[in-house]
Amino acid sequence: MDKKAKAIISDPMVDNNPITKQILGICSALAITVKMEQAVVMSLALAFVLVCSNVIISLLRKGIPGKIRIIVQLTVIASLVILIDEILKAYLYDISKQLSVFVGLIITNCIIMGRAEAFAMQNNYKDAMYDGLGNAIGYGSVLIIVATFRELLGSGTLFNYAVMPASIYLENGGWYVNNGLMLLAPGAFIILGLIIWVQRTYTHYIEN
Amino acid sequence: MQHSNFYTFKFIGIITIVASLLLALASTQLKELQEFNVELDRKKNILKCIGKDVTLMNADAIMEEYKSNIRNVILKLNGDIAANIASENMESVQNKSTGQLNYFIDNVEYLPAYKSSKPEAFIIPISGKGLWSTLYGYFALEKDLNTVMGITFYKHGETPGLGGEVEKKWFQNNFVGKQIIDKSGKMVSIKVVKGKANDVLSGDGLNHGVDGISGATITSKGVSDFLKRDLLRYEPYMKNNRTN
Repeated sequence: MDKKAKAIISDPMVDNNPITKQILGICSALAITVKMEQAVVMSLALAFVLVCSNVIISLLRKGIPGKIRIIVQLTVIASLVILIDEILKAYLYDISKQLSVFVGLIITNCIIMGRAEAFAMQNNYKDAMYDGLGNAIGYGSVLIIVATFRELLGSGTLFNYAVMPASIYLENGGWYVNNGLMLLAPGAFIILGLIIWVQRTYTHYIEN
Repeated sequence: MQHSNFYTFKFIGIITIVASLLLALASTQLKELQEFNVELDRKKNILKCIGKDVTLMNADAIMEEYKSNIRNVILKLNGDIAANIASENMESVQNKSTGQLNYFIDNVEYLPAYKSSKPEAFIIPISGKGLWSTLYGYFALEKDLNTVMGITFYKHGETPGLGGEVEKKWFQNNFVGKQIIDKSGKMVSIKVVKGKANDVLSGDGLNHGVDGISGATITSKGVSDFLKRDLLRYEPYMKNNRTN
């Protein structure tokens, strides 16, 4: 892998992270980060759609008529989302039940449309693939970080395994109570805001 | 690059056809597996509510256990067993505001239920509104048709960690051993109280109430309400068959 490819992959991980820098794809980052398991499957589903849509649109880019390019992009993305939804229902039924509508909502995830329009339409399929991969990792890592905090603080578990010792809970005579706020969307907002704050302090990025 | 109108139509036509063919193919290929999953999940929940540990059972074991242990019973509204009726033709109609399911065969309403032989149990489907969504589950009674054997929910859209706790063991285990008939012989169902049952209820009331879910008062109330409503529909049958 050459230098350029590496840069394409690593750029969206931190410096140009779709969630923390561009503030895209927030709705799913808030909705399905209550549990790690859901966040991981959601990230993988999005990675599949993002990489495939970037590659397909990049391969088609010279033939796509400019007037209807958004429609073509949406057709490709929507087809891929329906495909991954069907696959999840067939092979990972329990998790697909929990993710419910959010898999379908990947269609409206701005990251995918954004990458298709901003990158795949101008670049060859290899670079488009790297770009998709980089953005998927950038998205997934934020989702997983948020989910780690939310599941740990909100439910006291990680991947459904109890992490907090049972004896410290109030009902068992201890002093600890799970933070219910973390289970609701505002909890995700707060965690996400803190992550963005930490990242921007570190990268010295200032919005103008 | 400017394309002609004909090219534009041709291009989108090809894209549409390829995409729809691909999806049709995936859908038909995966349909069997998906339907199997839905059915398996339903059976798994019926077994779970009569106290079987299904977490370690694979699909074959669940199917086998279900086949050898559970059978369908179709009841008439007056509580009689409807014999010789084909349950495959049963259609369900949902009341949009309460989430109640009504079942019809050839436009006549019936009540579907299940009987388990080991342990002996009577199982009914339950459904109704919580806060955001309709909850679907099963409710099992021991052979005295009074003592609760278990409750499960296999589908709901309540907030995870709050109303979503209905699918958790601690909540469902609280129902086990409770009774739906009070001292005077009245069907009182099981009430999900606000707070802890021990703090709110006393005496005989403790036999008919379970701990509520903190932060999910509306879901808890919903469960109380639709459980009672669905149990009342089966009460004619249960009254006739109750052994004391």
